[in-house]
Amino acid sequence: MQIDLRTVSITPLRQTYDHIAARLGGDKAASRYIEATMDVQANANFHYRPTWDPEHEIFDPSRTKIVMKDWYAFKDPRQFYYGTYTQARARLQETAESDFEFIETRGLAEGYDDAARRTALDFYVPLRHVAWGANMNGASMCAYGYGTAITQPCLYQGMDQLGIAQYLTRLGLALGQQGDLEAGKQAWLEASAWQPLRRYVEDTFVLKDWFELYVAQNVVLDGLLFALAYGEVDRALAAKAGPTVSMLTRFQAEWFVDSSKWVDSVMKIAAAESADNKALLNGWVAHWRARGIEALAPIASLALGDGADAAMARVAALLDARLAKAGLGAA
Amino acid sequence: MDMKVNKKLGLKERYNLMTRDLAWTPTYQAVQDVYPYVEYEGIKIHDWDKFEDPFRMTMDAYWKYQAEKEKKLYAIIDAFNQNNGHLGLTDARYINSLKLFLTGVSPLEYMAHRGFAHVGRAFPGAGPRVACLMQSLDEIRHSQTQIHSLSNYNKFYNGFQNWRHQHDRVWYLSVPKSFFDDAITAGPFEYMIAIGFAFEYVLTNLLFVPFISGAAYNGDMGAMAFGFSAQSDESRHMTLGLEIIKFILEQDPDNLPIVQAWIDKWFWRGYRVLTLVAMMMDYMLPKKVMSWKEAWEIYAEQNGGALFNDLARYGIKVPAGWTQACKDKEHLSHQAWAVFYNYGAAAPFHTWAPSEKDMEWLSAKYPDTFDKYYRPRYEHWGKEAAEGRRFYNTTLPMLCQTCQIPMFFTEPDDPTKIAYRESTYHGMKYHTCSDGCKAIFDNEPEKYIQSWLPVHQIYQGNCFTPEANPGAPDFNPLMEVLKWYRMEFGRDNLDYEGSPDQKNFNAWKQAATGN
Repeated sequence: MQIDLRTVSITPLRQTYDHIAARLGGDKAASRYIEATMDVQANANFHYRPTWDPEHEIFDPSRTKIVMKDWYAFKDPRQFYYGTYTQARARLQETAESDFEFIETRGLAEGYDDAARRTALDFYVPLRHVAWGANMNGASMCAYGYGTAITQPCLYQGMDQLGIAQYLTRLGLALGQQGDLEAGKQAWLEASAWQPLRRYVEDTFVLKDWFELYVAQNVVLDGLLFALAYGEVDRALAAKAGPTVSMLTRFQAEWFVDSSKWVDSVMKIAAAESADNKALLNGWVAHWRARGIEALAPIASLALGDGADAAMARVAALLDARLAKAGLGAA
Repeated sequence: MDMKVNKKLGLKERYNLMTRDLAWTPTYQAVQDVYPYVEYEGIKIHDWDKFEDPFRMTMDAYWKYQAEKEKKLYAIIDAFNQNNGHLGLTDARYINSLKLFLTGVSPLEYMAHRGFAHVGRAFPGAGPRVACLMQSLDEIRHSQTQIHSLSNYNKFYNGFQNWRHQHDRVWYLSVPKSFFDDAITAGPFEYMIAIGFAFEYVLTNLLFVPFISGAAYNGDMGAMAFGFSAQSDESRHMTLGLEIIKFILEQDPDNLPIVQAWIDKWFWRGYRVLTLVAMMMDYMLPKKVMSWKEAWEIYAEQNGGALFNDLARYGIKVPAGWTQACKDKEHLSHQAWAVFYNYGAAAPFHTWAPSEKDMEWLSAKYPDTFDKYYRPRYEHWGKEAAEGRRFYNTTLPMLCQTCQIPMFFTEPDDPTKIAYRESTYHGMKYHTCSDGCKAIFDNEPEKYIQSWLPVHQIYQGNCFTPEANPGAPDFNPLMEVLKWYRMEFGRDNLDYEGSPDQKNFNAWKQAATGN
């Protein structure tokens, strides 16, 4: 049966859910991000302890040394819930897709300078595995972190890294052959230039404190690596051989700008919470920053030769500037 | 569907390069430290690459298709909300099934999201890892689209507003909550059998078809839209559940008894949770889709039977509780609704005695049991209510230590006798509602003695607000518990007849369709 409704204006009984109203400070209309995020994780009366981690509750704030009065202080400045997240990534993906297509239809990969091609393949292809490690770490932070506001973007970040690993695979296949992927993996596993970085990544796999993992992965390693790979190395290649590689790595470059907004905001909020947090974060940053520079130096040389030291200094300065804005770094 | 790469590569080879080839075996850290949870359940995996990924989806394809689905879904939700779509419902009674959904099911979608992130991280195999992580993403989608779709109902009807708070506290919500807490606290392989296989594959149709067809039948385009939009994700999840169980069984013959024990356990736990669905189908939908019994016959006996025939080649047998569940189909919904009718003062949704028309339908659907065992009870309650004596039970029921449902189920062969089972562990007695729940308890007593049982907690004084004073002469425990539940007496609970929801819906609908 068809029912024709007249337009009626009904005064709603309330604007939003009570826990959201409590956070907004009154019954006001809430954004979809806020309704889908705040307090969504269960936080009371868990029935059983994890058999795989009986020291903790299912979700337990003590899985990190960072202490927050309210874990929902970590609002994502990008306001990513699933819908806005996938739509934002679909836009980036669409651009990347047309770049890949442009390179294919114009034969830009075939015409690319051979020396630059060798550098690009040797440098970018093994980074597939770094991104895969970041995917594992994103899953880890989502699984063992506390509060939807931060665990949700951690999973998005991890899945983005899987996408990046796949874009790097495509770069390898666009500029080279399947054998270049095999060679890249071999280098990742055995070549001396890659071992400090592989050790760094594997050491992050066993970090038990998920917030330290956040610092080691999202802040330090990504901060240094993306600035190096999609800033310094990309510029050097473009100067020698034109923008082909810039187009093949555009997703990563744009993604890094987007993701840094969130990464920096998390650091700022955690540091502002207490002196203890700030001291912890500074300790983690100092430790992983030193290791990160050490791990990336040999691959910077691989791609940039004599220019590597200066590039690493610029990359480190960029990270330091971001940390300083978040209220961290050497006092 | 997948990323376009070198044209010479086949689909499978391309997928391998895009996913499996990304992984490596660590050497700077011990493998068991990187994947600490993978061995302790005793499952033996010799070659993770034998897992055949059924989707072979790359991230760019995932973003593209999922973003399209989101755009369409939110357009429908917006249109439904802007046009006061809720006034096109058959009857506002229907909305109570949405309250059940938001408080009982949507939080489970969220738990599935976190659980699959955990399992994805725990599995060393690249194929299952990626499939699990994509499912983790899908599951947060489901919880969020449900929160958004039902947000509009929350603006106009009562009982939605404290779903998050109530899921962790209200008595009957400990049933679904303990189900997922049980799964996520188990090892990663058990989680996959519990959620990926038993729930997503064996029982999912019994959850989704009734809710989503129920929405369609009763004019709820909002809930129908999220249900159908989730359906294409669900088919991926079902495939993962099935592929994983086959993979585990093919890896080593020693895995069979472990997996069989999990199937027995999780079939029974999942089936117990579906009690809520059974009563919704038979009692809460103004316009009914099919009876619980019919749904059970199609989705469990026929589809599930065929599935277990397929799995027989691995040595898998039908779950231990199967025969009893098939007998219960005659009784489940009636017994459950009777309990909710009893405890209608303590649940954040409305209940009612079935009308004569409803009872005719129930008699027709349940010719061997309804008139004989249940109609007299409902007729009596209906009569009492008509004379101003609507019955509300004010005592607290004994709960099953395992499934946490009040002990109202009857013996499989005697619907007039309540089933009680008892186990002793470390000198304490524990009560269960069935052979299925007793077996689960006896197999892992150290786990189930931890259960947060709402009735026990109320008696221990753990379910009052800090301001409550149990020593005060006028102390009213029910009102104090409701305060702790954040339920408003007379608004969120009691009979549908005379409720603010009923009055508002009728008045608004009148304004929208009258002259």
